Amino acid sequence: MNAIAEKSQLPALRSFDVSSVRSDFPILSRSVHDKPLVYLDSAASAQKPQPVIQAIKHQYEHEYANVHRGAYWLSETLTDKYEAARKAVRDFINARSDREIIFTKGATEAINLVAHSFGKNLGPNGEIVITELEHHSNIVPWQMLRTQTGVKLKVVPVTPEGDVTLEAIKAAVTTNTKLVAVAHVSNALGTILPIKEIAEVAHTAGARILIDGCQGIVHETVDVQDLDCDFYAFSGHKLYGPNGIGVLFGKESLLHDMPPYQGGGEMISSVSFDHTEWADLPAKFEAGTPPIVPAVGLGAAIKYISSFDRTGVARHEHDLMVYAMECLEAINSVRLVGTSKNKAAVIAFVVDGAHPHDVATILDRSGVCVRAGHHCAQPLMDSMGYPATLRASIGMYNTREEINALVGALEKAREILC
Amino acid sequence: MLTQTSAPDEDLMSLYQEIILDHGKNPRNRGIVEDHTCISEGRNPLCGDRVTVTASIDDSNIRDVRFDGKGCAISIASASMMTESLVGLNRDQATQIFESVKSICTEDTANSQRDSQISEKLNQRLEKLMALSGVRKFPVRVKCATLPWYAFMSCLEGKSTATTEIASWPRP
Ligand SMILES: Cc1ncc(COP(=O)(O)O)c(C=O)c1O
Repeated sequence: MNAIAEKSQLPALRSFDVSSVRSDFPILSRSVHDKPLVYLDSAASAQKPQPVIQAIKHQYEHEYANVHRGAYWLSETLTDKYEAARKAVRDFINARSDREIIFTKGATEAINLVAHSFGKNLGPNGEIVITELEHHSNIVPWQMLRTQTGVKLKVVPVTPEGDVTLEAIKAAVTTNTKLVAVAHVSNALGTILPIKEIAEVAHTAGARILIDGCQGIVHETVDVQDLDCDFYAFSGHKLYGPNGIGVLFGKESLLHDMPPYQGGGEMISSVSFDHTEWADLPAKFEAGTPPIVPAVGLGAAIKYISSFDRTGVARHEHDLMVYAMECLEAINSVRLVGTSKNKAAVIAFVVDGAHPHDVATILDRSGVCVRAGHHCAQPLMDSMGYPATLRASIGMYNTREEINALVGALEKAREILC
Repeated sequence: MLTQTSAPDEDLMSLYQEIILDHGKNPRNRGIVEDHTCISEGRNPLCGDRVTVTASIDDSNIRDVRFDGKGCAISIASASMMTESLVGLNRDQATQIFESVKSICTEDTANSQRDSQISEKLNQRLEKLMALSGVRKFPVRVKCATLPWYAFMSCLEGKSTATTEIASWPRP
C-alpha cells in the first residue's frame, strides 16, 4: 500500500474542543475540599483519559499474561499489543525502526541507561555538557558517572529570563565534548530550548546529544529524524499515559554498540555459565518482565493524542498560558519567574511576602492544585535566586475558568498571608 | 469523596492564626548564637527548606537558642516560637517539650496528655505552642512545623544535621 492510500484510511482528526476533551477525563469532574478540582499540575503528572483507563482495565480483565514467553494465544496476544505500543511510539516520534524504541520505567531510568551504557567510555578526558535548568534526573546520573569515570561535567548558564542561548552552548562545547544532555522544555520555567540547533552544535564538535523530552513531547511535535538527535527520553505519565512506563529512543547504531544496562531474562539470546550472548535490540535493554500493561496504556495515550489536530491542542495550551501570564502579572505582588519568548505551558511565579508552600496550601483548599517548591531543579532555583516557586502547568483539558479560579484563590491567599 | 469534618476556611484560619503569621513575618531570635556550643542544620529534602539551629548549653541548661534559614510561614513561626520556649530549660525538659510539640502537631489528644504528664512551667510554655496544632489538618505541612525542632534535637544530641525524611518516613 502506498503512503497516500494508507493516510486516506486514517480516521479524520478530531478538531479540538476543550469541553469535549474534559469529558474524556473522568477525574476532572470530581471535587476537592468541596470545590471543583482545578488541576494545574500536569507537568508533574497528567490526568488520564478514558481510553487509557479502559485499555489498562481491558488488559487485566481480558488479555493478561507475560510477554515474549508463553507458547499460547493469550501471551501472544499481549505480546502483539506490547509491540504495537512500541510501534505507536516509533510513529509518534518518527523513529526509523522499532529497534530504536526501548521501554523503561520512566525518563529517569532512560537517562540512567544512557549514563551507564553509553557513558562508561567517555572519561576521564571527555566532557558532558548540560544546562543549568536541568531536572535532577538529567544532572545526578552524570554526576554519578563523573565519580565513576572522571568524566568532566560542564554546565551552561541560563539567562535571567530563563533562556539557554545557542551562544552559551557553543561556548561550552569543545572537541572534548562527548555528550550534550539537555531538556527539550524546562519543567521549572517552561522555556523551550533550541534543540535542533543544539544538536547541530554537538554534532559539529563530534559529540552526541541526549534530549530529556519529558515536558517537550507533551507540547511539541517531535521528529527524532528531523532533530537528528541521538537519544530522546520521556515518561508516559506526563503524556496522559500511565505511570511506570517511559521511553528511550536511541539511534540504532549507537544502541547496537552499547553494552546492556541490566542483566536478566529477555535480554539474552543464549546463556551458559561460561558465556552469554545479548539479545538483539530492543530486547538487549529490556531485562526482566517489562512494564507490559503500562506500555499498552501508553500506546492508548498516544492514539488518543494523535486523534486530535495537534496544532489545535497546541494553540489552546499556548493561548491559555498567555492568558494566565497576563492575569498573574496583573496581580500586585505576583512576579513571573521565567519569561522566555519561547515557552510552553508551564508558568512559574512567586508572591511577594508569601512563601510558595503557604500559598499552595491555601490554593489547595480552593480546589486548585499547583506545585510549590524547587521542582527537582535546585541548581536552577539557586542560580535564579528563588529557594522555591509556585508552578501552574497547563494540560490540554484546562480552561480559562480554571485560570480565573487560580487567580481568585491567589487573592484569597494574599488576604490571609500578606 | 473526601469527608469533610469542618469548613475548610476554619482549618486555614487555625493554621494561619495571628500568632503564627506574626512569628512568620517577624521572627524572634533569628541569627546565630555567637558562643554556641552546638549547631545543627535541619533539611526538608522534599521542598528544599533549610534551617540552622545554634544553641549555647552549659551544665545541661539551655542559655540561648537561635535559628537561621528560609522557609514557609509555618516553619519560620515554629522556629521562632521554639527559640522563645526553650531558654532556661534543662535537657530533659527540652526533650519533653519536643515530644509534646510532636503530639501537638499530629494528635488530637495532645491537649489532655500534656496536662497530665508535664510540670506547670512546661505547661505554660506549651500553651503558646498550641498555636502549631493547626497543622494537624494539613498532613503535608506537619514537617514544616517540626523541622526546626528536629534540628534543635540534633543540636542537643551533638549531631550536625537532621532531616524530616528520617524523622517521618516510612510513616509509622
Ligand atoms: C524535564 C524532566 N526531566 C525528567 C523528569 C523525570 O521524570 P520521571 O520522574 O517520570 O522519570 C521530569 C519529571 O518530573 C521532568 O519534568
